[in-house]
Amino acid sequence: MSTTKERFGLALIAIALIALPFVLASAGTAWVRITNFAVLFVLLSLGLNIVVGFAGLLDLGYVAFYAVGAYVYALLASPHFGLHLPFWVILPIGAAVACIAGVILGAPTLRLRGDYLAIVTLGFGEIVRIFMNNLSAPINLTNGPKGISRIDSFQIGPINFAGSDTFAGLVFSGPIKYYYLLMLVLLGVIVINRRLQDSRIGRAWVAIREDEIAAKASGINTRNIKLLAFAMGASFGGIAGGMFAAMQTFVSPESFVLNESIMVLSMVVLGGMGNIWGVIAGAVLLSFVPELLRYTVEPAQVALFGKLLIDPEVLRMLVFGAALVLTMRFRPAGLWPETRHRREMSENRA
Amino acid sequence: MSTVLLEARGIAKRFGGVQALKDVSLTIASGEIYGLIGPNGAGKTTLFNVFTGLYPRDGGEVRFAGAPLNLESPHAVAAAGIARTFQNIRLFGNMTALENVMVGRHLRTRAGVIQAILRTRAERAEEAAIRRSAYELLHYVGIAERADDLARHLSYGDQRRLEIARALATEPKLLALDEPAAGMNATETAALRGLIEGLRKDGLTVLLIEHDVKLVLGLCDRVAVLDYGEKIAEDVPEVVRSNPKVIEAYLGTSH
Repeated sequence: MSTTKERFGLALIAIALIALPFVLASAGTAWVRITNFAVLFVLLSLGLNIVVGFAGLLDLGYVAFYAVGAYVYALLASPHFGLHLPFWVILPIGAAVACIAGVILGAPTLRLRGDYLAIVTLGFGEIVRIFMNNLSAPINLTNGPKGISRIDSFQIGPINFAGSDTFAGLVFSGPIKYYYLLMLVLLGVIVINRRLQDSRIGRAWVAIREDEIAAKASGINTRNIKLLAFAMGASFGGIAGGMFAAMQTFVSPESFVLNESIMVLSMVVLGGMGNIWGVIAGAVLLSFVPELLRYTVEPAQVALFGKLLIDPEVLRMLVFGAALVLTMRFRPAGLWPETRHRREMSENRA
Repeated sequence: MSTVLLEARGIAKRFGGVQALKDVSLTIASGEIYGLIGPNGAGKTTLFNVFTGLYPRDGGEVRFAGAPLNLESPHAVAAAGIARTFQNIRLFGNMTALENVMVGRHLRTRAGVIQAILRTRAERAEEAAIRRSAYELLHYVGIAERADDLARHLSYGDQRRLEIARALATEPKLLALDEPAAGMNATETAALRGLIEGLRKDGLTVLLIEHDVKLVLGLCDRVAVLDYGEKIAEDVPEVVRSNPKVIEAYLGTSH
């Protein structure tokens, strides 16, 4: 299937990604953490891409599934209920609960499309957040706005992801260990995404996106296939949420605001809806550029004007917005749009 | 007459105050090409949409292949064995021609999410079979060389053919074509006619809506004429052609 050249390229990328955290760590552990969050956003974007990119269902409440995954992890691995299950048990549970949440959102919205669907999903996202905020009484389920703290870090055998370990003279800090774990999860998610995309189900999703009536008339049970898209997308959100909770060791409702949904959606749209690599590029770009600005704008202003004129936080959003507007103006299909052109079909030629 | 494939009785459909279909009954025999003609707005496409589950009907029953046809959802109709094309071509524009036909195989294949993720042996075999039969169908309708082109990049005539290939992929007993010759030039229409005759030769029953009266009368075994939502004639083309009611519907009454 893949040529030697492609394999060589992939090997180079793999080596670069393996070496990356140590390079970043030399610039400061903060950069490893930033990278980890970028990878989390890549996971989220890939999940949302199934719903928005493949099936064409505009979902503005995707962060709800992230929240569900995070809270499932928080509740099952913290002193809040005194439960301390291992992460490899909780992550699948989180994915399953998020999956059910996806179906709960999907079922009543099946007849909606476009703007109307966007409004309902937006509402759903807010409902979940408000639930998290208020489920502290009569039974204290979520601890309300105070959130849940002292969440367990991941633990594999003797290795705890909170502390540092030294192997072969290299210091593996907590964030570096999370980085490798995230990369493994990401690899799995990419493989799953690619396989789904090239499957019977993936084709049905795209068919619904392209023309729902024709899809129905071609024998696709659009109700089930759409629910499947919501469920699959939500599961990925749930897994990302679980990883988020463990990395932060703290969750509170304010991590799951509408802005986060918009952010993930922007990554999908900017990168190129439906194209896995485009979506990854979009997520990485939109995660890093604001951080880079944060670290460069302030020193640059001080160097130029001798004082701080514009708060980097403000400028960050300005540049961010301008980038999105420019992308939509000049590359409306995203930076790296989906090309379903010329797949390797030559072996079928008669 | 050979066995009855589709039998519709008393089909009615209203849009608000407009009675689009009034007590329409018709029978289509296995293996025939059945034409449905009528002036603009006579209710031909509406009847099509009722038959294929896209519009809920206001009355009437349809029996198909000896059993009552569930008209509640289009995919159930497709599963029962009725496939259709659309008057204003509806393809999956950003998928390749081959993928469009592969979507048509969805109904007759099984692999779900888990098999796709694990890429099981059965799933891979099924995918290969889907690809093969989709390719064969493209070959059958004569656009195999465009397999890897996006559907929206195909020429108009090829798009029509692709729609037919996608419909055939669902393994229908009855193929319903909604104005397949619309917008085609004489050469394309002749080629289409050859294709439809080939379909019949291969044992398919065809329901054809068409404005091109010459094509319908030349091709169809029997023809029904709709006018203002009512069936005004149903017979072999030669008889329909000289039916005064039909002439009146098309040309108006003489004063």
